[in-house]
Amino acid sequence: MDITDFYDTFFEEAEELLADMERYLLELDVDEPDIEQLNAIFRAAHSIKGGAGTFGFEALQRTTHLFENLLDHTRKGELTLRRDIVDTFLETKDMLNDQLDAYRNGGEPDQEAFERICQTLQRLALEEIGRDLDDTGRAASPAPDQASAPRIEPPAASTDAGSAEPESGGQRIVTLLGVAEKDRQLLIEELGQLGDVVTHRGDEARYEVVLSSAVGNDDIEAVMCFIIEADQLQITAAEGTETVQSPAPPPSAPQDSAASSVPAAKSAADAKPSKAKSKAKSKSAGETSSIRVSVDKVDQVINLVGELIITQSMLDQTVSEMEGVADSALLNGMSLLQRNARDLQESVMSIRMIPMEFVFSRFPRVVRETAGKLGKEIELVTEGESTELDKSLTERIIDPLTHLVRNSLDHGIEMPDDREAVGKPRTGRLTLSAQHQGGNILIEVIDDGAGLNRDRLLSKARENGLNVSDSMTDDEVWQLIFAPGFSTAKEVTDVSGRGVGMDVVKRNIQGMGGHVEIMSRSGEGTRIRIVLPLTLAILDGMSIKVGDEMFILPLSAVLESLQPAKEDIYAMAGDDVVLKVRDEYLPVVAVHEALDVPNAKTRLTETIAVIVQGEGRRYALLVDDLVGQQQVVVKNLETNYRKVPGVSAATILGDGSVALILDIAGLHRLNRAKKEARRPERTNHSLEALTDKELETSS
Amino acid sequence: MNQTTDAALTAAEAHNREFLVFSLGEEEYAVDILKVQEIRGYENVTRIANAPDFIKGVTNLRGVIVPIVDLRIKFHLDKVEYGGQTVVIVVNVEDRVVGIVVDGVSDVMTLSPDQIKPAPEFGVTLSSDFLSGLGSLEDRMLVIVDIDKLLTSDEMELVERVAE
Repeated sequence: MDITDFYDTFFEEAEELLADMERYLLELDVDEPDIEQLNAIFRAAHSIKGGAGTFGFEALQRTTHLFENLLDHTRKGELTLRRDIVDTFLETKDMLNDQLDAYRNGGEPDQEAFERICQTLQRLALEEIGRDLDDTGRAASPAPDQASAPRIEPPAASTDAGSAEPESGGQRIVTLLGVAEKDRQLLIEELGQLGDVVTHRGDEARYEVVLSSAVGNDDIEAVMCFIIEADQLQITAAEGTETVQSPAPPPSAPQDSAASSVPAAKSAADAKPSKAKSKAKSKSAGETSSIRVSVDKVDQVINLVGELIITQSMLDQTVSEMEGVADSALLNGMSLLQRNARDLQESVMSIRMIPMEFVFSRFPRVVRETAGKLGKEIELVTEGESTELDKSLTERIIDPLTHLVRNSLDHGIEMPDDREAVGKPRTGRLTLSAQHQGGNILIEVIDDGAGLNRDRLLSKARENGLNVSDSMTDDEVWQLIFAPGFSTAKEVTDVSGRGVGMDVVKRNIQGMGGHVEIMSRSGEGTRIRIVLPLTLAILDGMSIKVGDEMFILPLSAVLESLQPAKEDIYAMAGDDVVLKVRDEYLPVVAVHEALDVPNAKTRLTETIAVIVQGEGRRYALLVDDLVGQQQVVVKNLETNYRKVPGVSAATILGDGSVALILDIAGLHRLNRAKKEARRPERTNHSLEALTDKELETSS
Repeated sequence: MNQTTDAALTAAEAHNREFLVFSLGEEEYAVDILKVQEIRGYENVTRIANAPDFIKGVTNLRGVIVPIVDLRIKFHLDKVEYGGQTVVIVVNVEDRVVGIVVDGVSDVMTLSPDQIKPAPEFGVTLSSDFLSGLGSLEDRMLVIVDIDKLLTSDEMELVERVAE
């Protein structure tokens, strides 16, 4: 076993720790910092340092070491927090992220940036507390700490200093339980980095290492836990006289190494008083409640369950077709199987679901920085953080959402003075909310700013040569902001000038099977709503029949179905047809026309019109028959083939055959393209199928 | 002495390649056997609208959606029939799985490098770009298809090109 095997674990853990750190830093009340939060930040830095030391990531270790010491002073109240200090801390955290990324990609972090951040931290320490950080690292033996304690130390931390661990600095017996030979070698090497390994002996079941080191117990634990579980490890003070005798040599070793600035020994040099084993315990309690599993494995299980569901519905169909089945045991068994299979599917799918908090948690930072740059006062409110969404979607929503938030901050919310002038509170409010609605999740970015300006949008659109008219509905005008290269900002600012354009936002969201709606009221604000499916893997579908072919419609898109009456059908401008449904005229899309299905019913009054919604518009879809509702497992067509117009994906039916899942807006576009292509030679209005060639030339 | 002949033999064998021979009408074609995943019957194909006629549709291969291409239509053969003998060769090209419909599969042949002749400049239907050569085997001629190039080519319309 190679130590690099543990790299990934370390990177993932460190990333989580950094995310935690950022959250706490942002929550931190500068005037009255919560000691628990400071402790948590400190612990995060400390844990990363431990890991970085183990794996020999020197820059990372060095940075975290300085950072940790600075945090330690903060924790003890020697460093009074200010907003700009917190900013520096956040900057340091970003730097740690960068370093981590560099190591993860097998490189070395940017040396210049690393030196700069170290200098920044050192300077901060010198200016604020008049101390060199490395000094304190070296001198942080219990004595000076206690001496300084009475000065400013807040009561909460006094227990820390008071517990100047008697065993620290002495000899300890590190007992490894059930650790294999090759891991043991590795562990002993690691222990050698922390101090002097006096002796080691034992077997796999129980292996004892006598270690002479100045390092705290939980430091040892932190290092070892990258390789073994916490319950495989016992650390006890060595019995007898060594505890008293040994302190002299060990501390000298770390001191030397620190002085000669060998980074690998930094963790040893840092003999800060171990704070509370309770913390280590609470941490391990948190760890047991979740396990880390690779997404590939989860996806594999999901696929298998999908197959199981298909087999189950196949069996179900076979049984229901069997003549005169009176065997109630068989029928009971079948319904039980169905229920269990569904439950299993639901549980498996929920593995992939993670709360929106994962996404929202990064926005306090974005808002804070953006608002600072723009000189605006903004309060961020998040709602519905516990709403769950498929992991692959949460990852992909971050970028578009960040862009929307930046946009709202930049263009939506006005400057404090302007707000006051129109009688609004100086502080603007940006709300991020998430909620479930049917099979969808709604994510909204709401600001109480000036709202969109219809006239400016229209004039800008004309400038850009877009086809607009004054009679466009508000909705259509708002959608203009998603046109490529469209920006109404009077000047490009640092904030809105970077990142992706709004057209990319829209494309990304459509790529996830969602769409964006905008609601805006002049003077009151703007609400941008992203509607996304909960998961991409499973779909509630309605199976329809056209000719001899079976298709699936996403049930979430289906509003109703009806038999069109002759008097409700109107022809428009030649071969366009609209259907009147309760005072609304809906464009008719005949599936058999769009998809060239042979043997389909062509008389409108014989067909069934399914009223569907796609990309915010409604259509009347003409189909031959409704077959039923069923949950289908969505299979990507593009894995082995390519994107098919009018089709979003495919699925496997109970009989093992493939059915295509229709993309409603895509069908409409396809239909229009076909009609366009037919126009020049339009001699009759019959619903003739086009040849492929014609379609190609039109598109 | 014996050893050297053995070594020479294995060296020559190392350059030998195995091909799956299939027929389209009267002609015999061959593909690198390492590209072939499996051979199955032609059944249960779901039509894809607005696709070229040689793309018969997609089928379910143990939970994976696989496109089916009829090479007979692609190569403009006169007689295209689907029957019990119609066979689909499932091949792996560039991480994709594609089924190709052929009239029949005859056998697996081992060809040595000197049995493979360069393909002459060909006609319009099958560009010589898609051929790795012509295999000569006594009185038979095998058209060796470079299945990777053929199936990922633009004219097969199986792979989506990134818009430039």
